[in-house]
Order: sequence, then C-alpha cells, then structure tokens
Amino acid sequence: MRKLLVLFLLAVIAFSLYKPLSTIEFGADRMGSIENPTTVGAYYLSKTPSELSVANVITAIVVNYRGFDTLGEVSVLFLAATGLGSILYRRRKEGEHSISISKPSSQLLQAGSKLIYPAILVLGAYVFIHGHLTPGGGFQGGAIIATGILLMMMSYKDFHLNHTVLTWIESLAGITFATIGIAGLIVGKTFLENFMPIGTLNDLFSGGIIPIIYIAVGFKVAAELAGVLDTLLSIKEK
Amino acid sequence: MILFTISIVVLAVILIGVAVYAVMQKDLLFAVIATGVMSLILSVLFFLMQAPDVALTEAAIGIALTTIIFVITIRNTSRREDEVPILKESDASEMDDKQKAKI
Repeated sequence: MRKLLVLFLLAVIAFSLYKPLSTIEFGADRMGSIENPTTVGAYYLSKTPSELSVANVITAIVVNYRGFDTLGEVSVLFLAATGLGSILYRRRKEGEHSISISKPSSQLLQAGSKLIYPAILVLGAYVFIHGHLTPGGGFQGGAIIATGILLMMMSYKDFHLNHTVLTWIESLAGITFATIGIAGLIVGKTFLENFMPIGTLNDLFSGGIIPIIYIAVGFKVAAELAGVLDTLLSIKEK
Repeated sequence: MILFTISIVVLAVILIGVAVYAVMQKDLLFAVIATGVMSLILSVLFFLMQAPDVALTEAAIGIALTTIIFVITIRNTSRREDEVPILKESDASEMDDKQKAKI
C-alpha cells in the first residue's frame, strides 16, 4: 500500500514536471537577444551595465533587483544560528566551557594553519569586497572566512571566539542592510532603491549601494557561521 | 568541445557513484567523507558549467562546513548506522512526564 502511494506520488511529480516542460523544444534559446530582450533574464543582462554599472550581473540581481529576497535569506540564516545557540546553550552550561577535542592536534597542522589562516581571511574579504566585479559575493566570502576560523578551531584547543563581539557584528551588519533599504525608501520611491552615484563600470567604487550591502552581508554570514561552529564544538563530550 | 562533454559526463558518473556509496555505507564517518567528496565534484561541475558563484558556495559550505558539522554530530552520537539510538527509556519516560505536565 505504502509503495503504491509512493509510486503514485512519483507519477504525479513526473507528470507535473513533464507537462510545462513538454511545450519547450529541447535546447531552445528562450532568452532572446540582448538588444531586444523578451525574457526577464535578457532584460537584466542588457540593462545592468547601463542602469547600475555592475560587472557581475548575478550580484546586481541578488542585491539590487531582488534585494528584498536577500534580506529575507539573511534573516533566515540569523534565525537558524540563533535557534541552534538557544538549543545547545543548556547543554553547554553543564560542563565548563571547553572545546572537547580530546587529543591535541599535530604540530604540522598547527604550523600550517597558522600560515594559511591570514591568507584565507584576506581571500574571503577580497571575495565580498569585489562582489560586484568578480564572481562571488557576501555569502561566499563569509563562508570562506568561516572555513578559516574553523581551521584555527581544529588546530588550537584554546582558540575561542567572543560571542558578544559576534552578536554585535551580526546585529550591526543586519541594521546596516535594513537602514540602507529604508534610506532608499526615504530618498527615492522604493525599499532598497539605489540612491548613491553608480560610478563607472569595472571600478571598485561603483554600483551604488551594492558593495556596501555585500560587505555587510559578508560580515554577517561570517559571524553567524563561525558562531554556529563555535557553539557546536563547545559541546562537552559525554 | 568534445573533451568538455566527456569530462562533464565522467564527473557526473563519479558523482552519482559517490552519492550511492554515501547512502549505502553503514559506517557513517565514511558516508560523511563521501558526501564531502561529492560536494567537491559538484563544485568542479558547477565551475565547468559557468556558475563560479555557486561553485564558491558549494566549495566552502559543502566541503568544509557541512562535513565538519556532521563529524561533530557523529562524535556525539554513534558511528555505526545500525546501533541503537542514544535515547534511553528513562529519558523517554521523563520527557513524557514533562510533556504531560505542560499539557
């Protein structure tokens, strides 16, 4: 009975996928030309350089055209990190606050991670500062920084993060994002409207509000992911 | 161009193989490492298919962060899949009592 139900559900999913896709010819170009855009994707491709002077079109879509969605995603991540912290807080209070890696890591790992750690931080910062010029952005850069912090946590037992500082970074970055959105509402017409000079294409200081928002997102994501890892590593082993 | 197609097909086949291995493996630590390898191949595939943004995310989140979170979880629970779950009967009855008290 249960297998029949599974088969039926799979058939429904397959049908609902097949029905809208069957009208499109396989490999058909649905974008239209950049000069004469027919779809929204072609519109973004054609208008982004002149409207916003942003080289990375994906960034322009994520932060400017659909900036409100990004604000929602950032708050989802914030809620996830906060929820994890509140669940694990009770367990952490029972033992003393110590990372429960039982054996100290080898000297090779310690020396190597000390060498690589600053380079990873610089790479992450580069990725989110240049989010509007090269591939990557706030989320990617923040995740790269979090991996660097993770490396240090695994190599050094007494590498602790100050959770008060992390909370402040998170809050300030979130407030920056929301404030820029409200400033757009005040200066222009809509939430997150671009109110700063857009500059010239391919300059570091171009794109209006996009670099500022991406720097804020980068700090926020890095602080949240590092906080999650620190909370998880602080669970005392039974 | 043909080399490009061949490399994508080969990587996709390895990807599916590693994914099946991760599902079938009873030793959860091996399964988690297989998931990390899967993320690595997926990241290369994303890069080849001209999505470097997604490749960066997949590399940082999939290979490093998710793997280490799973490893921490395994260390705090059990390593084999067929072992009895950690929740004891006494814990369960206590939890029931607390839930009854709430209701």
